[in-house]
Amino acid sequence: MIRILLPLIGLGLLALGPMVVSDYGLGLLIGAATYVTLASAWALFSGQTHYISLATVAFYGTGAYTVAVLNEALPYGAVLICAALIGGAMALVVGLSTLRLRGVYFVIFSFGLAELVRQVITWYEVNVTGTLGRYIFLDITTRQIYWQMLALGAVTIALTAWINRSRLGLALRVIGDDETVATHSGINLARVKLVAFVLSAVILTLAGAITSPRYVYVEPAIVFNPTVSFLTVIMALLGGANRLWGPALGAVPLFLVFEWLSSNFPDTYPIFLGLLFIGVVFLVPNGLISSAESLVSRKKEAGR
Amino acid sequence: MSFLEIDRAVKQFGGLRAVDGVSFTVERGEIVGLLGPNGSGKTTLINLVSGALPATSGAIRLNGQRLTGLRGDQIARAGVARTFQLVRILPSLSLTENVMITAVFGRKAHWGAEARRVADHALEMVGLAGRANAVAGDLTYIDQKRLELARALAAEPEILLLDEWLAGLNPTELSEGVALIRKLHEGGLTILMVEHIIDAVRALCPRVVVMNSGQLIADEETGAALADPRVISAYLGGDVDA
Repeated sequence: MIRILLPLIGLGLLALGPMVVSDYGLGLLIGAATYVTLASAWALFSGQTHYISLATVAFYGTGAYTVAVLNEALPYGAVLICAALIGGAMALVVGLSTLRLRGVYFVIFSFGLAELVRQVITWYEVNVTGTLGRYIFLDITTRQIYWQMLALGAVTIALTAWINRSRLGLALRVIGDDETVATHSGINLARVKLVAFVLSAVILTLAGAITSPRYVYVEPAIVFNPTVSFLTVIMALLGGANRLWGPALGAVPLFLVFEWLSSNFPDTYPIFLGLLFIGVVFLVPNGLISSAESLVSRKKEAGR
Repeated sequence: MSFLEIDRAVKQFGGLRAVDGVSFTVERGEIVGLLGPNGSGKTTLINLVSGALPATSGAIRLNGQRLTGLRGDQIARAGVARTFQLVRILPSLSLTENVMITAVFGRKAHWGAEARRVADHALEMVGLAGRANAVAGDLTYIDQKRLELARALAAEPEILLLDEWLAGLNPTELSEGVALIRKLHEGGLTILMVEHIIDAVRALCPRVVVMNSGQLIADEETGAALADPRVISAYLGGDVDA
């Protein structure tokens, strides 16, 4: 009971956030909520299966671009639905063709996908529509963006919790450990991976769509920035990608650190970024949650 | 119609015919040994039956249902369970979960308490009852092998494929292992086992099929097969009049 009540109370308090914080604070809240959503959605697929995807920004950017293209043609709700459908369809096509790749091949492919989408859109805009940048003018307040993102993040974590308890979650964990055993246990590898990949991609796309009005001006180089993909991975790994709250736990502090670094050291901040990446991989390879757990159990052992 | 029918199965890897037109049958409730020197194609044949590899040609049928052409997971759901030559334990799953997965994703598709009951029963059969909360990585080698067998049993299979399940055990463990397989056979399970330990084969299998260089060279009563000059020369070298 407390496992459901506590998050709901937390969600309620977070929803009241905009009433008490400044505009700058609200911006931070949106950024944190966005990265919690991205990291949790990324982990929904990659956390259990260990398929490290660097395609996060391919979907995130697609979401933002969908809004940029359609925001004057369709009502906002319909634009979001379009974004979700486009992201899902893209994941379906990509997943069907690539989810048999394993390990580093999948990592490289997913990174290439993000670049490919960016280059294709750039080419299309330059050669066909003749405009590279687009403006998003939507009648949406910053608070509404925050609440939407908060809701999407909550849905993502709730969905992950539900999947973890379902057959799908068990299948994903088996696949992450050993695909051969998974097959011979009766798990349809292609279908399970595809379902999780598409679910994850739809959320990533929606996150890009919801946050896009904040950009006002959108061009491929802005919304398809590969740093988003790297940050998402490192946030999820920091907290623990195979834990329900791991990605959220990693996303909030790292987002704040990046914000602080990028405003105080705008020129040298990529250096700190690199150092942080290395630090996380070396110091907490299994994530903060499981490091803390093993620390506690070691203390118990020593106390005995 | 036999229970398991392997009909001119062929597996070609480039220029190598790892399995070269092998045909034999296994009846329901039978326990058959699959013998042959290293590299003779035994594991490849097991991989064809379980769907780990697609057959180049030929047909494999279980209970009249054609398995060739199906994916590994479909074959698993058709009732074929297997163990692996090199033990495969899932480190991030608990012991019960390691076993439960075949009950959950297999043909009976159990879930929740029922899946746990099937897993616990399988753990009990292999002698791991009461260890369900242990960490899979902490198990000894024989216990890992037991765990893998329990996973295969939790599928409630029509036929069990054992790929050198007895290899690497010490003499005490070996006799425990033989007793365990005998118990499963007496419980009515159909078993096809790849095995190098001849004493175990003699003890368990009334009938063996023997492969050499991808081909079947004997399919007969175990004592006769082990005295067959073709089988002896396949194992020991020497003149083969094939």
